[in-house]
Amino acid sequence: MKTISRWFGRNLIRIYAVIAFTYLFIPVAYTFVFSFNDSAKSNLIWKGFTFANWQNPCGAPQVCNALGNSIKIGFLATLFSTILGTMIAFAIGRHKFKGRSTTNLLIFLPMATPEIVLGASLLSLFLVFQINPGFWPTVIAHVLFCMSFVVVTVKARIASLDPRLEQAAMDLYANERETFRRVTLPLVAPGIAAAALLAFSLSFDDFIITNFNSGTMTTFPKFIYVSAARGIPAQANVIGSAMFILALTIVILGQFVGRKRKVS
Amino acid sequence: MTGVASSARGDLKLTNITKSYGDFTAVNDLSLVIPEGSFFALLGPSGCGKTTTLRMIAGLEEPTHGKIALGSTDITDTKPYQRPINTVFQNYALFPHLTIFENIAFGLRRRGLKDIDDAVNKALDLVELPHLAQRKPTQLSGGQQQRIALARAIVNRPALLLLDEPLGALDLKLRRQMQIELKWIQREVGITFVHVTHDQEEAMTMADTIAVMNEGEIEQMGSPAELYDNPKTAFVANFLGQSNLIKGTISGSDGNNHVVDLFGQKISLQKDRSHAVDNSILAGIRPEKFRISRLETATSGNILTGGKVEDVSYIGVSTQYQVLMPWGQELMVFEQNDDGVAPFSVGEGVNISWEPIFTFALRGDEDAEAGTEVSPDEDLDEE
Amino acid sequence: MRKIGTPYLLLIPGMGFLLIFFLLPIFNLAQTSTQTPRVGGDTGQYEQTFRFANYLDAILENREQFGRSFLYALITTILALAIAYPLAYAIAFKGGRFKNVMLVLVIAPFFVSFLLRTIAWKQILGEEGFVVPALRSLHIISESTTLTSSAFAVVMGMTYNFLPFMTLPLYASIDRIDPRTLEASGDLYANGFTTFRKVTLPLSMPGVVAGTLLTFIPAAGDYVNAAILGSPQTKMLGNVIESRYFRIVDYPTASALSFTLMAAILILVTIYVRKAGTEELV
Repeated sequence: MKTISRWFGRNLIRIYAVIAFTYLFIPVAYTFVFSFNDSAKSNLIWKGFTFANWQNPCGAPQVCNALGNSIKIGFLATLFSTILGTMIAFAIGRHKFKGRSTTNLLIFLPMATPEIVLGASLLSLFLVFQINPGFWPTVIAHVLFCMSFVVVTVKARIASLDPRLEQAAMDLYANERETFRRVTLPLVAPGIAAAALLAFSLSFDDFIITNFNSGTMTTFPKFIYVSAARGIPAQANVIGSAMFILALTIVILGQFVGRKRKVS
Repeated sequence: MTGVASSARGDLKLTNITKSYGDFTAVNDLSLVIPEGSFFALLGPSGCGKTTTLRMIAGLEEPTHGKIALGSTDITDTKPYQRPINTVFQNYALFPHLTIFENIAFGLRRRGLKDIDDAVNKALDLVELPHLAQRKPTQLSGGQQQRIALARAIVNRPALLLLDEPLGALDLKLRRQMQIELKWIQREVGITFVHVTHDQEEAMTMADTIAVMNEGEIEQMGSPAELYDNPKTAFVANFLGQSNLIKGTISGSDGNNHVVDLFGQKISLQKDRSHAVDNSILAGIRPEKFRISRLETATSGNILTGGKVEDVSYIGVSTQYQVLMPWGQELMVFEQNDDGVAPFSVGEGVNISWEPIFTFALRGDEDAEAGTEVSPDEDLDEE
Repeated sequence: MRKIGTPYLLLIPGMGFLLIFFLLPIFNLAQTSTQTPRVGGDTGQYEQTFRFANYLDAILENREQFGRSFLYALITTILALAIAYPLAYAIAFKGGRFKNVMLVLVIAPFFVSFLLRTIAWKQILGEEGFVVPALRSLHIISESTTLTSSAFAVVMGMTYNFLPFMTLPLYASIDRIDPRTLEASGDLYANGFTTFRKVTLPLSMPGVVAGTLLTFIPAAGDYVNAAILGSPQTKMLGNVIESRYFRIVDYPTASALSFTLMAAILILVTIYVRKAGTEELV
């Protein structure tokens, strides 16, 4: 009895982690299970098991079109926000210059602004300049809210970099450009990759800002929100689950490859 | 690498180098020649400006004033990568994302050399770690990383190799071993080594020439023996080993010797071993040069009488005494345990004597405590 | 060693972007907020009359939603902190070589879409789910009580959805703590709780501040959770702004509300950051 309670005490925090992850994944599991639901239209009540939805993920009208838009927007927003954010992170993290605290504040402000305000204000700007909401306005909106997250993530990585490594490269005949290419960039790369992953996740999952700036264009979250009223087709569950599995596989494979390279 | 700087060879000349950070002067009007092929040590406490000097030689800091030349080439305004100078960094700064082989090959590749495998393997052989070529730096022990950092610098055959406290992170035994190896490697490759350290024993073990630095300036420069036997300043006398410094006055002359009055007792000092500017001096004697004897025993040479043993520490090879002199100063005496005589006890009255040729003299207005242990709060300021 | 212009060259594209697509819109928002309907114009046509009373009207009319937004956001933040802290601690100190995998697991649910997951909660907690019948049969809730369409469901949904935003900064800051400082604390006669209070928590403060901000700010402006899991009685400010924009086309009121929300959040954040004593936020 004593050993059991001691084991429990020692592993309390691990047990807690398992419970917390379970909490995080309950709706994921629910979504996954209901992707096999044999429901005609409204996917509310369990009607029986079927592979049909997985065999025909684009079966519901508009769903794959919406997914395609989300992926395209996510890709472009990730690309631009990662480039712009990484440049800012290097400026802040590697240089002393006038107006650094103002820059820091300007980076922080978009994060301190509720999405609904970001989305609404951007929409009103587009309306003033008579730009119709749609694909590119949505990309711009996504770059806006992803960029600050990229800056913060990459900056943290740069801050943890030992400046002596760059000095050592310069000492070993690498000029500024080569030092950046051969030492600084490879060492900051994991931070940039993490930032890009975060940016894509945020963009792919965004609804509020998208809803304001996308006009008639549908994205995957928007498709779900709009169809929620009349019942979400099981294909949406298929796509959500598939994206989840895909993302997880890519990341875990990346981890595995990374570790293997380290060992050999 | 571009320009003539990269092929420069010869003695390293620092001329009137000053480095200031705002109001703080790290290095003050320093001039120095390091002969080609020598093993040179810059020795001093933390914050004395030795690392700043090294970084200016490497090109990682720009001097506020002054000139740095290698042979006849002025390299003051060249970039670090344009100088034929390599550094072994404190904590090594090995590239964590590259293998050991690629770390060592880094400099060769940047210079655009072909067929570098041979050179890299030879460098690995030199530091006796050829089997680690494909590992990553994090998989190596501290001692191994230190050797790789050395190989990474040496493989480039620079005109000058800079070592910034390279052994600081190693344990005592490994440090001793590496000291001897570094010396051997320097002789083997014939490159000029400039070694920065705060460890006087390390500097004395390895270097042909030592420059002792204090507060941004060189106090004294010379061979280890010169510095130890005939220090010019109280700082050198205390920082390099230990010294007994006794206030005195030159009261007369006797051929090649001064007659010196130390609190009423007369001793003899060779004229050419005095760095004093007037009659007021600090007479210096190293603790191991002292002999200690009972009051009634007759001794020759310089004698100071009326001492009393305050403390005795038996440390194997020698016995260390603190002897209180009539004028209230405690002197350190290290006696070899080679005479089979039982050590003196606390409270015993003793005389102290030594050969006159071991006496040195410093300016009388110097601080006799300069260069002794740095107090903890001072240490904080410097970091 | 580098040219003086480099940092500015690096900053120009990103800062220019923020200037055009963030500061300019906010300025424009402020401008719209004092407009009034054009006399004789169609719905949605407004002109600038600098009517600052728009703010008073908007706030008074929606003071309930204002209060609710900040109350829900506060409870959400506290709950998320309580849930995320031990999780971040577990990942940082017990994660071992699975640390990175666990971190990915924290953000992985994003890919299922938070809308799908929120709707999943609605089903799970709804009349057809398994939770309500189970609680009813155990007599924990009465026959007539529902879990969805309630303040409970809205707060629960927000807590769930913003949990990753709390966990990641907490992890980043806890992971930086040298475990030896915790051992030293234990060595110096602190028990587990005292060590947490005097060492772990102060050292992880930057993460706590960043995490609470990243949770509170979006929570205060959220309307999706209230729309899916709530009822008309749980409407938040976000719902009002959204309907003013899209259904009523009352741009001035929507702008005034947005601007007030942003200003209120900025004031709260400034006070909070000053109190917490963390200057370097980003």
